[in-house]
Amino acid sequence: MENVNSNNKNYRNKELMAKILVYTFLIGFGLFVILPFYWMVLTSLKSAEAIIAKPPILWLWPNEWELSNFKDAITAVPYFRFMLNTVVVAIFATIGTIITTVLAAFAFARLEFKGRDTLFMFMLATMMIPGEMYVITNYMTISKIPLSGLFVDGGYSLLANQTWGMSIIALTLPFMTSVFYMFFLRQSFKQIPNELYYAAKVDGTTDFKYLLKIMVPIAKPTIITITILNAMGTWNAYIWPRLVANKEIFRLVTNGLRGAAHVDELGRPIFEEQMAATLIVTLPLLIVFLLLKKYIMRGVSRSGIKG
Amino acid sequence: MIESKNNLKAWLYLAPALILLGLFTFYPLFNAFFLAFVKDFNSITRSTHGMDGYAFVLFDNFSRVFKSPDFGQAVKNTAVIMLVSVPASIITALVISVALNSIKRFQGFLQTVFFLPYVTNSIAIGMTFAFIFHSDYGLVNMFLGWFGVNPITWVGPGASWEAGMTALLIYTVWGGLAFKILVFLSGLQSIDKQYYDAAKIDATPRGRVFSKITVPLLSPMIAYITITSFIGAAKAYSTIIGMFGASLGPEGNANAFITFVGLIYDALEKGTIGAYSVAASAAIVLFLFTFMFTLINMWVSKKRVHY
Repeated sequence: MENVNSNNKNYRNKELMAKILVYTFLIGFGLFVILPFYWMVLTSLKSAEAIIAKPPILWLWPNEWELSNFKDAITAVPYFRFMLNTVVVAIFATIGTIITTVLAAFAFARLEFKGRDTLFMFMLATMMIPGEMYVITNYMTISKIPLSGLFVDGGYSLLANQTWGMSIIALTLPFMTSVFYMFFLRQSFKQIPNELYYAAKVDGTTDFKYLLKIMVPIAKPTIITITILNAMGTWNAYIWPRLVANKEIFRLVTNGLRGAAHVDELGRPIFEEQMAATLIVTLPLLIVFLLLKKYIMRGVSRSGIKG
Repeated sequence: MIESKNNLKAWLYLAPALILLGLFTFYPLFNAFFLAFVKDFNSITRSTHGMDGYAFVLFDNFSRVFKSPDFGQAVKNTAVIMLVSVPASIITALVISVALNSIKRFQGFLQTVFFLPYVTNSIAIGMTFAFIFHSDYGLVNMFLGWFGVNPITWVGPGASWEAGMTALLIYTVWGGLAFKILVFLSGLQSIDKQYYDAAKIDATPRGRVFSKITVPLLSPMIAYITITSFIGAAKAYSTIIGMFGASLGPEGNANAFITFVGLIYDALEKGTIGAYSVAASAAIVLFLFTFMFTLINMWVSKKRVHY
């Protein structure tokens, strides 16, 4: 009897030890994950003197916060203007993507037509191709849309004498559709029972009305996920805007960070200003994430986009 | 009659997506292969330099990629990023996921924490990491100083390749954890509890449970993550911009951390005669390389993966 008791106690002790180990490990790694965010916020609040303190200052009380760093950051780079550009681009690209992918996904999920499966497989295959292969030609296309003989002789450039509207078109046009989202939506549409469709047909509902009134509302969570992922993608876009936004004020938020700004007269980086800028760019994303966590995590776990 | 009507309707639904895909996905794909074989492509006249039409070459553009001064460095950097960061982040993510799955309290909170790196801007966080690794004011050197290590120049002017690469790899692993943990955890949560109950009755040690139950049952997710991570790492680029700036290297040592994708954008931004063809050839090589990885991975996982 005594033996059993001590065994039991031993077992419970072991379990407790294991639990402590697991939590220590997880909290340790959790701190590693959070550390850059903390360091970003902390540095953005440091004064020029606090930055060069050795050893580094690890904590600041609110009365020590140097909020002028944020003012300096937005004076050096027009981040609010960039945010406006980014939001406009995100809205247009997302609306375009949703319209084109909803229509196409409907055709793939609901309609019977010749070559449907072949076409779908062909589209899926393009998902294996790295985007770098498209960028070269898309850049050529945007800088000289081949409308020769149609409206303009020799082609129309969205880059030369660029206006804001032209920059928005150049930034959005190639991203108005997506094979992946088409696939994602088709999956959602396919889960809707056929009976609903036949019932609607009997009532004389047209396909388009059925899509708009029945399928789209049912697939709303998927559409919300697409909207968020698309907006996040625009927020993080760096390469394409660097290529096609021809004037500085037409660029998107991420472009401002690694430009020539946020340096002193000698070209050395001003770290507190840099970190204030990165916080300005990062914060909106984090807020959106915390508000819409469910949709984002669900969408991401099913997508696997971003390397 | 009805079928042909249906056919027409389906193509109408597909039209917006197909037109955009045709212009910005299918045509660029074809054009990349075309450009790769054009001799001395002039991006302004859109023809072979000094000619009205095109002259073709077989391997010249490809050999220019291999002979470009940064090619060796780009391959070395890309290979190191792939071979170190992918296994390191997969193993770390796997252990974190198993630990997360074993706890009840704070699981949701910790899961959110581990997902945070996903929703951030890779350039903003790259800059933050660069400051964490700053030789004089950074956290890492402060920490190493506690153990009597002299300050190391990680990313600043004069940083060695080994030091810069170490910092870059730590950042890359940090950035790669979120998605992997999300996928592994959802995989773990779908494993039938019966297996673990049986192991408990037999008093199987934890290590054995992990290697004989968890890993085999998780193997489809591990295979999927391995493919996507290798492809993602092969395309590393914006992480380097974040950490080292557009010069892709520490001050005075530009392109020290150039990657394969860096070669493509370098050529594209130069825009000199033949540069687009070099970019296209490099993009094709990248595609063949990632495609090969997909095939190898599919073949290996067919043999090893337990469904």
